[in-house]
Amino acid sequence: MISLKVIVLVKQVPDPREYVRIREDGTLDREKARAVINDCDKNALEAALQLKEKFNSKVIAVSMGPPKAEDALREALAMGVDEAILISDRRVRGSDTLATSYVLYKAIEKLGPYDLILCGLESSDGGTAQVGPELAEFLGIPQATFVEDFEVKGNYVIVKRRIEGGFEKLKITMPVLLTISKNANKPRPTTFSGILKAVKKPVVTWSLEDIGAEVDKVGLAGSPTKIMKVEKIGSQRKRILIEGNDVEEIVNNLLRSLQEHGIILEAAKQ
Amino acid sequence: MNGYSGVWVYVEHRNGVISNSTLEIMGKARELASKLGVEMATVLFGNDVSHLVSTLAEYGADRIYLADDEALKEYKTLPYTRLLTELIESNKPEIVLFTASSLGRDLAPRVAARLRTGLTANCIDLDVGCFEDNEKGKRLERILYQIVPAFGGNVVATIVTPYHRPQIATIRPGTFPVPTKAPGRGEVIHVKVNLRREDDKAEVLEVKRDLQESELENAKIVVGVGVGARGPDGVKMLKRLAEVLGGALGATRPVTDAGWLPQEYMIGESGKTVRPDLYIACGISGAMHHMVGVRNAKVIVAINKDPKAPIFEAADYIIVEDMFKIVPKLLEKLDRKG
Repeated sequence: MISLKVIVLVKQVPDPREYVRIREDGTLDREKARAVINDCDKNALEAALQLKEKFNSKVIAVSMGPPKAEDALREALAMGVDEAILISDRRVRGSDTLATSYVLYKAIEKLGPYDLILCGLESSDGGTAQVGPELAEFLGIPQATFVEDFEVKGNYVIVKRRIEGGFEKLKITMPVLLTISKNANKPRPTTFSGILKAVKKPVVTWSLEDIGAEVDKVGLAGSPTKIMKVEKIGSQRKRILIEGNDVEEIVNNLLRSLQEHGIILEAAKQ
Repeated sequence: MNGYSGVWVYVEHRNGVISNSTLEIMGKARELASKLGVEMATVLFGNDVSHLVSTLAEYGADRIYLADDEALKEYKTLPYTRLLTELIESNKPEIVLFTASSLGRDLAPRVAARLRTGLTANCIDLDVGCFEDNEKGKRLERILYQIVPAFGGNVVATIVTPYHRPQIATIRPGTFPVPTKAPGRGEVIHVKVNLRREDDKAEVLEVKRDLQESELENAKIVVGVGVGARGPDGVKMLKRLAEVLGGALGATRPVTDAGWLPQEYMIGESGKTVRPDLYIACGISGAMHHMVGVRNAKVIVAINKDPKAPIFEAADYIIVEDMFKIVPKLLEKLDRKG
């Protein structure tokens, strides 16, 4: 029987399903935005839990974030992961992807040997898809990104990876880091009994000292990239409201407006 | 930063043809290199790719670093990372640009992390200029401005990598126009390929591509499907509209996530970028993920019954009405005219 240790990386993000308003100064009005587990991180969790059903596996969820990110890890516990670790430290605020990867690397080093690291393909708030590969580089292990499906065999994995206009299949030696796409599976919902069980499991919180991370490699100071400015570029679109007393008139007005713009809508010759 | 000079573009190619996105980035790289007064170079890895050198020169490469080796036949993360980082370390370019593709987004972060430098993903524009570091009281010249969309379509952030070199960025396909060719002679520099056993961790078993170039990316008219289409019937109606107009159908991420349309139809940050003359957004709220993919459309028409939908901020013509009323009427008129 294969025995696996699987680490899943989880990020808490503002709910992408809610409209997030932007203030005049370009900052985000997050007050109303609910915090949720990043979408494809749930697919990574689901993939890990499916391995648990198949093999003798231990699944550990790891997150870096503010204290309230504990909610995301509670949800991961309710889905069925065995342990949850939150790296929460004021000094990591403002970390870019390289600094974030460094912190996660130090935490994973502390956890000892592992077989698989799974993370979501990208976050819905940042969307860089960089933390996975950068972390794999810090750890010195191979990676596969954009993973739609994978299978664990002996000491390697067979991975189906999405590429432009198709896919490729790879055979990669473990330990390996995979970034999991939304198409990989359908994440299980949390059940009431899962939530009850999760209440008894602790979320362990680690500081930078706990993981032995160097302070000058994290946060704003440890981030090679800086945000120079954020601008609200006024929409360059015309924003002309097309009105009418009825649908007929609205459509006629649209066609006329487009025509004034040099666009004639007509049925294409088949 | 001392000793670092030149703008590099990593070349992507498929079936012996350089990808359009690489040519697009080369056009911009040429412009940045001229502003900085430095060379523009390209990095070409692969097997049997030497014949592409002349094309790279015609598109403005002063120098072509060529590694043509059977071992590089397929892209593999670790050997490619080793080769490229060593090349960067010995030649010290100040800027390295990649396509934000499945290859570029796999390779660039690995290279950036190995070099412990910054990386900015999915840029929609680039420029060079000075950066005032108020905190340190310093003024830095020759800084790459990496412009990315932030929280919703109408906000952009300028990201800089002031104290690390090279400055690395990935650029979305379709962001810049393909430059015009001109006779040019680039200097070819042959790169020695020494693969290491420790990098031999992956084997490519199969590569499958639907070779057809997407009609979506080249369409003059695109009809966009949002969750307002409510399901397969709504999708069918919009498909009909796209067909009648001789255009292509695209969709938002929630629509492809729900399986109403295959993923190839997804327009947006993790999908395709389109640049049609006309984009008709139907039942689309206007999430940033999607709007990033349509910002190059010449004209945007938005039909949504929710007057507060953010898409109205980013549309030219706005119809606040149920698409199930507007689209059938539009089809009726088109059928009558046609």
